[in-house]
Amino acid sequence: MSTIVSPEKKAARPRWQNALLSRDAVMVAILIATIITASAMLPRFASPLTVGFLLIDVIPVLLIAMPMTLVIIAGEIDLSVASTAGLTSALMGVLWQSGQSMVTIVVLGLIAGLLCGALNGLLVAGLGLPSLAVTIGTLALYRGLALVTIGDDAVADFPVEATSFVTSKIGATGIPVVMIGALLIVLAYAVVLHMTPFGRGLFALGFSTEAAKFVGVKVDRTKFWLFVGTGVVSALAGIFWTLRYSSARSDNASGLELAVVAAVLLGGVSIFGGRGTILGVVSAVLLIGTVNYGLRLERVSDVVLIIVTGALLIISVVGPRIAEGVATRWRGRRLRARVSPTSS
Amino acid sequence: MLPNLHPRQPRRVGRKSAAAVALVASTALVLSACASDDGAADDGSSDGDQAITFIPKQLNNPYTDVVLGGGEDGADAAGFGASEVVGPLEASASSQVTFINAETQAGTDVLVIAANDPDAVCPALGEARDAGAKIVAFDSDTNPDCRDVFISQVVAKDVALIQVELIAEQIGGSGEIAILSATANATNQNEWIEFMEEELATNPDYADIELVAKVYGDDDDAKSFQEAQGLMQAYPDLKGIVSPTTVGIAATARYLSTSEYKGEVALTGLGLPNEMRPFVKDGTVEAFALWDPAQLGYVAAFAGKALADGEITGAEGDTFAAGDLGDREVGEGGVVIVGPPTTFDADNIDDYDF
Repeated sequence: MSTIVSPEKKAARPRWQNALLSRDAVMVAILIATIITASAMLPRFASPLTVGFLLIDVIPVLLIAMPMTLVIIAGEIDLSVASTAGLTSALMGVLWQSGQSMVTIVVLGLIAGLLCGALNGLLVAGLGLPSLAVTIGTLALYRGLALVTIGDDAVADFPVEATSFVTSKIGATGIPVVMIGALLIVLAYAVVLHMTPFGRGLFALGFSTEAAKFVGVKVDRTKFWLFVGTGVVSALAGIFWTLRYSSARSDNASGLELAVVAAVLLGGVSIFGGRGTILGVVSAVLLIGTVNYGLRLERVSDVVLIIVTGALLIISVVGPRIAEGVATRWRGRRLRARVSPTSS
Repeated sequence: MLPNLHPRQPRRVGRKSAAAVALVASTALVLSACASDDGAADDGSSDGDQAITFIPKQLNNPYTDVVLGGGEDGADAAGFGASEVVGPLEASASSQVTFINAETQAGTDVLVIAANDPDAVCPALGEARDAGAKIVAFDSDTNPDCRDVFISQVVAKDVALIQVELIAEQIGGSGEIAILSATANATNQNEWIEFMEEELATNPDYADIELVAKVYGDDDDAKSFQEAQGLMQAYPDLKGIVSPTTVGIAATARYLSTSEYKGEVALTGLGLPNEMRPFVKDGTVEAFALWDPAQLGYVAAFAGKALADGEITGAEGDTFAAGDLGDREVGEGGVVIVGPPTTFDADNIDDYDF
């Protein structure tokens, strides 16, 4: 596996300097700058209430962004995540109505997510179909199944213990209790991506499937488990969503897939695969959450809000490209300048 | 472009300066966005008066705009120091919760909300009430446990009956009809549809009318248009469509007016006179119904004021003054009725401007 060393390690600069200038560090810096700015300028922003509302708002995106990061780094995409969450929600409603216990419901919900992910995985890895096409298909398919499962009904009479647990906070800090679970998932994915051979294989896969095969990455198996991962975590997000809003319905979490992909890309993950970190994505999720919450607190219209989020995304993608172009030209000129005296 | 095939080393310098550019640009963006709004917010909260915030089902809906216009007039007349309108761009169940949270934190005294889902907003409204806010539901009710009063346009049954009456009249008392509604979970539409179905099933005058389909345009213009088109293809003998939503009836009217069914298939329901005027004039639509939506917002604002001042608690029998509209009484279950629906046709439509 020593052939797949991430490029950062070969850098000429000292390691600490690289770390300071890396895309991750910049994302974290922007996030901190945004939080400080918001706290200074918005009178009500700096309070435990904000922490609670903001974190509980970002949890679904944060959860799904973790497996999505791995999928995109491996050069694939999963657009069916929100529909999987919706299907899980619908299933929860029907099961609760039929008198199942909460534990059974959660387990069955996770199994449903696992099956959704496995189907995606089989189609992508087993049949070798492009994940974009497959998951656009299952995006519609799973949402359709959700509608079939629960119809036009909404089930809302979930037990208060379950719904209030999901929205409960850790003491006076305002941090939601479920954030602990979300953090565990974030940590698990960070370890898998950055500290295991499986994770290194994903970067290789994103750069080139052929090359990854040559260095011994089991391409099909890797892809299959990636999609199972998104399926299960999406189901988890669906369960959280249902209990948080105490409402199980077929259209829950619709449109969430785009919010997730946007956050992952803003976090510095390359849409072409092969590059990205969990830290960057977590920062991006929190950045979008903070900007949205701060602006909503100031009652900025949602029309403006989606423009801001969109602009952030575009800047994060286009900005580095422009700078790269400028740098390349500058380097080229310097090279020519060095060469020309000897030739003349 | 295949950027991931290129060797990485030559780019390193570029990526760092790029990152710096991104940092500056994003920070500037965030800063300017915050800064530009800071002033506006201070104007609202510094005068120490009561604040009211309206949370409609979604922004940029013509009907909602009229309701909110009335609401802001009402808020001024009732004496609120600040009135705000915030809301989601799409009418999905959970999209209103973040707005309720932000208002809770802003310490708003009165929240006026049209719920997309009666239950999904409840936990958030509970937190708002704990923080001292009064909750007025309008247009579409929340679960009654989660609000102080509900301002209803009209008695739900009256709205249903007038639509059944209109469609029966227009199709000559017999034939197939269909309903094109908003979202499948819309509280108010579903209530009306229930009353319509009940009336069709029990009233002998309507024995020959058969309701063959209920479809949902999700209060989305394009989707409603396509659903109308689909109805005509699926039910060739269809005599009439009832659309109890302003978006649905306008989209359906637009489809019918450009199709072979114009004048053949009757259309009625709840519409805005300004949107429906051309279709009434060109004969696509004979008559439709609605209340004056501005009055809904207006009464909601006054109810909010009375609640915030402690004049009423939302108990049955409470009365409060609703400005120019006179007194209103809180009925059973904390429901306040604004007034009877109006029928619009070619003769009177020019008298209305909303």
